[in-house]
Amino acid sequence: MESLSNKRKVLEVKPLNFLERAYLPAIVGGLSTTMKHFFKKPVTISYPEEKREFSENFRGMHSLKRDENGKERCTACGLCALSCPAEAITMTAAERQKGEEHLYREEKYAAVYEINMLRCIFCGLCEEACPKEAIYLDGDIVPSDYLRKDFIYGKDKLVEAPLNQ
Amino acid sequence: METTDLIFRIVLIVVIFAISLVVAMYSTYAERKVAAFFQDRIGPNRAGPWGILQPLADGGKMFLKEEIIPTNATGFLFIVGPSLAILTACIGSAVIPWGSAISIGGHTFDLQVTDINVGVLYIFGVVSLGVYGIMIGGWASNNKYSLLGAIRAASQNISYEISMGLSIIALLMLTGTLSLKEIAEQQHGFAWNVWRQPLGFLLFLVCAFAETNRSPFDLPECETELVGGYHTEYSSMKLGFYLFAEYINMFISSAVMATLYWGGYNYPGMDWVAAHVGPTIGPLIGVVVLFGKIFFSIFFFMWVRWTIPRFRYDQLMDLGWKILIPLAIANIVLTGVISTLLK
Repeated sequence: MESLSNKRKVLEVKPLNFLERAYLPAIVGGLSTTMKHFFKKPVTISYPEEKREFSENFRGMHSLKRDENGKERCTACGLCALSCPAEAITMTAAERQKGEEHLYREEKYAAVYEINMLRCIFCGLCEEACPKEAIYLDGDIVPSDYLRKDFIYGKDKLVEAPLNQ
Repeated sequence: METTDLIFRIVLIVVIFAISLVVAMYSTYAERKVAAFFQDRIGPNRAGPWGILQPLADGGKMFLKEEIIPTNATGFLFIVGPSLAILTACIGSAVIPWGSAISIGGHTFDLQVTDINVGVLYIFGVVSLGVYGIMIGGWASNNKYSLLGAIRAASQNISYEISMGLSIIALLMLTGTLSLKEIAEQQHGFAWNVWRQPLGFLLFLVCAFAETNRSPFDLPECETELVGGYHTEYSSMKLGFYLFAEYINMFISSAVMATLYWGGYNYPGMDWVAAHVGPTIGPLIGVVVLFGKIFFSIFFFMWVRWTIPRFRYDQLMDLGWKILIPLAIANIVLTGVISTLLK
């Protein structure tokens, strides 16, 4: 049948000639190919000492941001937890007391904010869902650990360092 | 035998044994390093500078790991397997001439443990016993995968042994002796046998790969088909013995190959060098040359390993019986005709 797209390639299977059947020239060719690689520069990056530069849109560890006055942006609205497909985010909201205005931007804040890094798939939907621009996945690779409980990151690990420190 | 000669031989045995072990240890390191370079990687680089202490670390780990003997394994044979493998690998080195006669303090010694006049046959006999280590280990594990690996080792053995024997007959026709020392002496200077027996060398090379269980003929082990191979059930230093045996085997067959075909300790211009450096240093340079050849050959084994994929064992049998044997016989006939015509 005539091909419609004209892209079909008909492969011809020719019988091997003597040199090809003798196998040795092919082996020599293969050996020279491996030898070429022997002298190539290794592409290895020795990870902990050497780090590859990440791309602009790399998603690493989460961080909870502060605003320009050093107040926490998060208002514990729960949209991030709602949008999280892996259900990795949990939080408990609390009301801001008098005298805490310099700590939290609005009347409601997250008293407990936890992300289970073992569940997180780094999809970035929390980042997209956040109306307050409070959460970003702009950190490093999440470090390894020995115990499962150490992978539940609380505010101590997530909140950005205060401005004047 | 004189007392000094006896003492020298005992020292030589110890030295050769030590050298074989060190070479085997560092072959594992070299293998990993060479493999890494062939794959554009760096390879082991944590233990010591460039990872040169890696073999010691590996050895320590092997000794300290838990030793597991499966409940239904045949206990005694399970231990005999790896011991036999390493024993047969080691005793092959007895007849290899490591250098020409060396003179120390007025005494002349042979740099060879023993010069028996059936040296070549001895080597062949000893290395073909090596398959018993694998067979017994695979059988005693009481594991069907290990048994399959062991059976494949046996099938590999019958595929290459005959062609290996035939491939050197042509060489023996030319040399007229079975003593490795005499064969090495005959190739004085640059008269290496490989120039006279290129086809025979090629056949021997292919068989040497099969004999050392190296890729592309490493049929006794295959992770995709056999979980591991004949050594699936082995752990700690018993596995280490098997690996050691493989590398010592590689060292010994490289030495045999160098002695039979690449002139052993001979190198071009050795008479001139020997006349200038004296009868003690001269043979030692020969030893260094021999080791250079051995190391290149070990490197070649590794080079091939990362180039050619593994054969199926029916392919190996085809190769052994339908290609190598006819070629070896043709080589014998050719050698006979030519050497008769040249007389």
